[in-house]
Amino acid sequence: MSKVIHDLIILENRQPGPEYHVLVCKAPETLPVCYPGQFAEVAVPSSTHAFLRRPFSIHNVDYQNNTISFLIKMVGQGTRTLGQLPTGTVLNAIYPLGKGFSLNQAEPVLLVGGGCGIAPLLFLAKTLKLNGYTVHCLLGGRSADDLVEIPEFRETAEVYLTTEDGTQGEKGFVTQHSIFRELAGFTRVFACGPEGMLRAVALASRAAGVSCEVSLENNMACGIGACLCCVVETRKGNRCVCTEGPVFNVLDLKGWESPQEVADNCPVI
Amino acid sequence: MPDLSTTLHQLSLKNPVMTASGTFGYGKEFSDFIDLASLGGIIVKATTSEPREGNPYPRMAETASGMLNSVGLQNKGLDYFVKHIYPELQQINTHIIANVSGSTIEGYVEVAEKMAGLDHITAIELNISCPNVKQGGMAFGTSVTSALEVTRAVRKVYPKTLIVKLSPNVTSIVDIARAVADGGADVLSLINTLLAMAIDAEKRRPVLSTVTGGLSGPAVKPVALRMVWQVSKAVKLPVIGIGGICNATDAIEFFLAGASAIQVGTANFINPRVTTDIIKGIEDYLLRHNLQTVRELVGSI
Ligand SMILES: Cc1cc2nc3c(=O)[nH]c(=O)nc-3n(C[C@H](O)[C@H](O)[C@H](O)COP(=O)(O)OP(=O)(O)OC[C@H]3O[C@@H](n4cnc5c(N)ncnc54)[C@H](O)[C@@H]3O)c2cc1C
Ligand SMILES: Cc1cc2nc3c(=O)[nH]c(=O)nc-3n(C[C@H](O)[C@H](O)[C@H](O)COP(=O)(O)O)c2cc1C
Ligand code: FES
Repeated sequence: MSKVIHDLIILENRQPGPEYHVLVCKAPETLPVCYPGQFAEVAVPSSTHAFLRRPFSIHNVDYQNNTISFLIKMVGQGTRTLGQLPTGTVLNAIYPLGKGFSLNQAEPVLLVGGGCGIAPLLFLAKTLKLNGYTVHCLLGGRSADDLVEIPEFRETAEVYLTTEDGTQGEKGFVTQHSIFRELAGFTRVFACGPEGMLRAVALASRAAGVSCEVSLENNMACGIGACLCCVVETRKGNRCVCTEGPVFNVLDLKGWESPQEVADNCPVI
Repeated sequence: MPDLSTTLHQLSLKNPVMTASGTFGYGKEFSDFIDLASLGGIIVKATTSEPREGNPYPRMAETASGMLNSVGLQNKGLDYFVKHIYPELQQINTHIIANVSGSTIEGYVEVAEKMAGLDHITAIELNISCPNVKQGGMAFGTSVTSALEVTRAVRKVYPKTLIVKLSPNVTSIVDIARAVADGGADVLSLINTLLAMAIDAEKRRPVLSTVTGGLSGPAVKPVALRMVWQVSKAVKLPVIGIGGICNATDAIEFFLAGASAIQVGTANFINPRVTTDIIKGIEDYLLRHNLQTVRELVGSI
């Protein structure tokens, strides 16, 4: 599976929430085969601030129209610059990078996303549905403003919502949602979001005896395994999140089994 | 067609563009993007005698026109290199240069000796920016005595082209360069990263787990140019220029300052094809300036 560098062209830049932008981009040649959980390293055009590329999960792929999209949360100058790009702008991207989620699982599966961690889950949900799965998807955020792309998710999955302030869905952290009481009924959990949330989901899955895969968002310089800056501590030693992840089975991650760690990294979204 | 070839001691390079250690993996990471054989050479990531896990995450901080890293020489060690990595490197049709690192002189010597027996490794680059455990962690390359000592020890066991890579974190790089030349180096490469720091004001703590790290990228280029110029004037060994090179113009500036060849580091992260762009750009420059060879530029200011 080879990686490409493409000058993508932004066909559409919509804002599904105050802090989020979806960039739908056309590829200059046939899209390479992409898997859910894989990401792209995107160059921020004419930015003196964002010197390095920025990693973004593949949010959606449309092979028929040859488009790939990214869901980007505005957190700093790089993402803000990307959010303001008009249609027609060229976006240089290296993709598809990393290893995605394991797709050959028994039903039923639960997808859990928080904040910009929602991004890879749409592509994952669509792919699972295409493979004949019934997909359950729990999306969480600080407030209703963080719950973006809900109509798109509803087309492919059974959707559950939660917000910390109770402005939409159940009130609380994702792990406090009522679906977590039925966790043992699922065969696998796929989660993406802030590390505190992922650790809480990992613990709950462990307690319920459900296998769990998480997508990590470590800082990256190269995205292709050349710099060794993005490592996570695994049972086999330090491993690059950009090549051996970003998706990991939580059993492979060191220190993810202890509740102590979660107390230190309070599960906020 | 202008002639891009150049020589570094016993090495004949098809062109003067190489990749810097720690920024290009073992080459294969870039094989989807460029033809590795088109490079003048590849300096693969550091090898130490024992496997090293490196420093804890976070190991990277982006800064103005550059980045800090504190990877800490993560590698699988010499035995693994010889058994599993070297066979793959043998498939790459250009100079493969091993970056030899260590925390003791014995460690350096062990790696250098083993590398000498590998035919496809045509030279080694001694990374003397590593902390010397016996000297309380002060880098070998920051004292004239320890730089001389480690070069001399490796010279004894390494008959092929010995490149010594200088640390910029010194008062006088010329003094270190002279010491290393006395120790028997064939070629000098410079610069390694500049010791630096980044702080997260919101969290009120250092960004890197190690507090300090090495600065690289365009931010260091003026410092690197100055050092290459000083060293090439003072020492009669060929010099490889490294530091912030992002395009052909940057490379030409290093040739003018006295470098016979260059290495591209951090720029590979931003554009994995940057090296081939640079090779093409140097060719265009030579044509534009009516020069037959890249060698005519070297040290011409
Ligand atoms: C594999 C991977 C996939 C990702 N997918 C997505 C995605 O689909 N959508 C999306 O919006 N974001 C995603 N991210 C996070 C995204 O890369 C960062 O938010 C982005 O790089 C920040 O750039 P910036 O210039 O705006 O922020 P900076 O100016 O670099 O930083 C601003 C603030 O954001 C924080 N920040 C920086 N990088 C990250 C990060 N990696 N994770 C969390 N906080 C960060 C910094 O600590 C700082 O407080 C992903 C990250 C990885 C590693
Ligand atoms: C992530 C990273 C890892 C590095 N690892 C090594 C190394 O293992 N050995 C070494 O001699 N230099 C190492 N360097 C230094 C580079 O080879 C080079 O000297 C330096 O980055 C300056 O060049 P640049 O500005 O083009 O990156 C590393 C640099 C970076 C950014
Ligand atoms: S980001 Fe460079 S190795 Fe992962």
